[in-house]
Amino acid sequence: MDILHVKRVYKNYATHTALHNVSLHVPQQSIFGLLGPNGAGKTSLIRIINQITAPDKGEVFFEREILSPKHIEQIGYLPEERGLYKKMGVGEQALYLAQLKGMSKNEATIKLKKWFEKFEIDGWWNKKVEELSKGMAQKVQFITTVLHEPKLLILDEPFSGFDPINTNLIKKEILELRDKGSTIIFSTHNMESVEEICDHIALINKSKKILDGQVKEIKDAYRSNSYEIIFEGNMIAFSNALWTGFEILSSKNEKGRVHVSLKGTDNRMSVNSLIGALVNEVKIISVHEITPSMNDIFIQKVSEINPNDVSEGGSDE
Amino acid sequence: MLAKEVQMNKISLIIKREYLTRVKKKSFVIMTLLGPLLMAAMMIVPIWIGMKDQDFQIIEVVDETGLFINQFENTKTLKFEHQFVNIEVAKDSFYNSKYTSILHITGIGKQSTAKMYYKKQPGLNTISKIESTIEDGIRNIELKEQFNISKEQLEQINPTVHVETIFRNVEGGEETKSSTISSVLGFGGAIIIYMFIFLYGVQVMRGVIEEKTSRIVEIIISSVKPFQLMLGKIVGIALVGLTQFLLWIILTGIIISIAQVVLNQDVEMVNQGAIQQVMKTQGAENIETTNVSAQIQSVIDEIPVVTLLISFLFYFLGGYLLYGALFAAIGSAVDSEADTQQFMMPITIPLIFAFVVAQTVIQNPDGSLAFWLSLFPLTSPIIMMVRIPFGVETWELLLSMFLLVLGFIGTTWVAGRIYRTGILMYGKKVNYKELWKWLFYKG
Repeated sequence: MDILHVKRVYKNYATHTALHNVSLHVPQQSIFGLLGPNGAGKTSLIRIINQITAPDKGEVFFEREILSPKHIEQIGYLPEERGLYKKMGVGEQALYLAQLKGMSKNEATIKLKKWFEKFEIDGWWNKKVEELSKGMAQKVQFITTVLHEPKLLILDEPFSGFDPINTNLIKKEILELRDKGSTIIFSTHNMESVEEICDHIALINKSKKILDGQVKEIKDAYRSNSYEIIFEGNMIAFSNALWTGFEILSSKNEKGRVHVSLKGTDNRMSVNSLIGALVNEVKIISVHEITPSMNDIFIQKVSEINPNDVSEGGSDE
Repeated sequence: MLAKEVQMNKISLIIKREYLTRVKKKSFVIMTLLGPLLMAAMMIVPIWIGMKDQDFQIIEVVDETGLFINQFENTKTLKFEHQFVNIEVAKDSFYNSKYTSILHITGIGKQSTAKMYYKKQPGLNTISKIESTIEDGIRNIELKEQFNISKEQLEQINPTVHVETIFRNVEGGEETKSSTISSVLGFGGAIIIYMFIFLYGVQVMRGVIEEKTSRIVEIIISSVKPFQLMLGKIVGIALVGLTQFLLWIILTGIIISIAQVVLNQDVEMVNQGAIQQVMKTQGAENIETTNVSAQIQSVIDEIPVVTLLISFLFYFLGGYLLYGALFAAIGSAVDSEADTQQFMMPITIPLIFAFVVAQTVIQNPDGSLAFWLSLFPLTSPIIMMVRIPFGVETWELLLSMFLLVLGFIGTTWVAGRIYRTGILMYGKKVNYKELWKWLFYKG
């Protein structure tokens, strides 16, 4: 079942179009990547889902109901530009935000204490936000986003400003939340950063959705039948052993090990036949398929639609 | 809970936060404590100084004309001693003498001039007293010489007239009004409203800018409507203002009554003097001192106290809500306080204009300028306050209040439209054309 269904949404601002006929299906309990360059329209779409703005045309459904203010409490939102009241105490502020999401004070206090322990920040309750470092404030912000256990969690550029340790901490929490039943929408222009944890993605460019589906299916569809082989041995023997079904794209010798990139010119050529041909000639260290990155797919897709324009957009959102 | 109740709950949460964070601030506590001290000091210190530091002068009079011997009246603070010496002698021995100044009068009749040499600066009152004594002396001499009228004869015919103003209404009822007390009350109310709108309006604006620059606003408006956030902020800050004023009034009262006990009757005396002074400047010169208290009492009885109080509260809040919404809109449209200047102008101009015009309105509280400005919502909180103590027709008052309510619904609507777009707009220089467009954006 889809937790969220965006149906033919249009949004225009005075000078530009933010969304043009965008439709999305976000399956329950998935991690959904909303990818696209800056200015593509991601934030506009997220603001519509959060009911901060309304679409000019089109509809949004939350669990098959038309999105309405009663759904606010089931959505958690971490905006790209984030911040807290600087002069307000951490605990007090988290309580305030939780109550705005409809939690009772008692419930929020109990849950906050748990999260504070989990993130090892119990000592911060009475500190003012301005006394915290940026990373510390980000942790607090994340807690306030997920505290009311929303069914749908929308994270806009969640890792910007996090150091690698905290990034991993947050990634772990996100996966845990998904396993407990939450659905997460990730929005980012940095496509590499989330493809590893996303189940589904949608690519948006210049206010239009250009591609969506399961990550695995998309990647399969964009496989180029290319491999990288690392071996020790003679390059000539290697080339001789290759059948005609492969074309060498590049090769380089690094400290006695040869790295070769190959592309299968014939779809019948499999990794097995490749290894079979080579196994008696050279000492194979590793073989792996070169899969296209989301970024490659994005660029390819954009150039398919509009061959003259493959640059990543730069206008402000 | 019903959806509506939940929303109301959220507004009250916002109001609570706006109120508590401000009331708990050190600056609020300090201002609340210092304010009454300053106010009380402003009232008490001049009186106290007046009492303690009166102008004691022992003046050596060297009168070359010989016309003013025994003309100067000695008082508690001024002592005149006539010395028949040469001025140079007097000056030479001045520094070792008991005198604080030498008054040197030369010339005869209208040509009389006077010089005062001093060790201790004589006060303005002393000087004017000497001047008038000399003038009176010359006048008396002239009267005597030219018309043969003595000083005593003149005093006998000195008339005392007080013009009593009586309002006669259509039904034939009559009431006495004192323009002086009315002016003071009306203007006082107007000043307080003016201050309140400015002080707390700017706080609303700062609050909005703070939320915008700290970027927390987007999180909050994913939970509540921007309009609710704006309204919650305006109301919360209004409550802060009311709290502060209430505390000021109570604390000022306490301090003044303590001071009164300490300084005892003297204050009472000087106070009366001060009131008399006010009366004089207002042109009611001949009110007898003994009657001042009674007069004030009778005037206060005649002023519509209940109407005044209710209207004060109404215009106080109405004016603040009207302007508060506009201040919130400005805050939402800019990125920092430095950018607010261009938008502040159109808001501060009607306020300052009303404040300046208020002084003309006092002179002519029933004129057409007063009438129209007391209906126009941007100026009515101040101008109507000035007019009410003089008596305003009920229909005018009700119409003005009605227009003010319409006015603040209007500004709140406009501000709400600008606000919801503005708070999400970063790094963009906004002009009026842009603001105009925001009014018509679809939610």
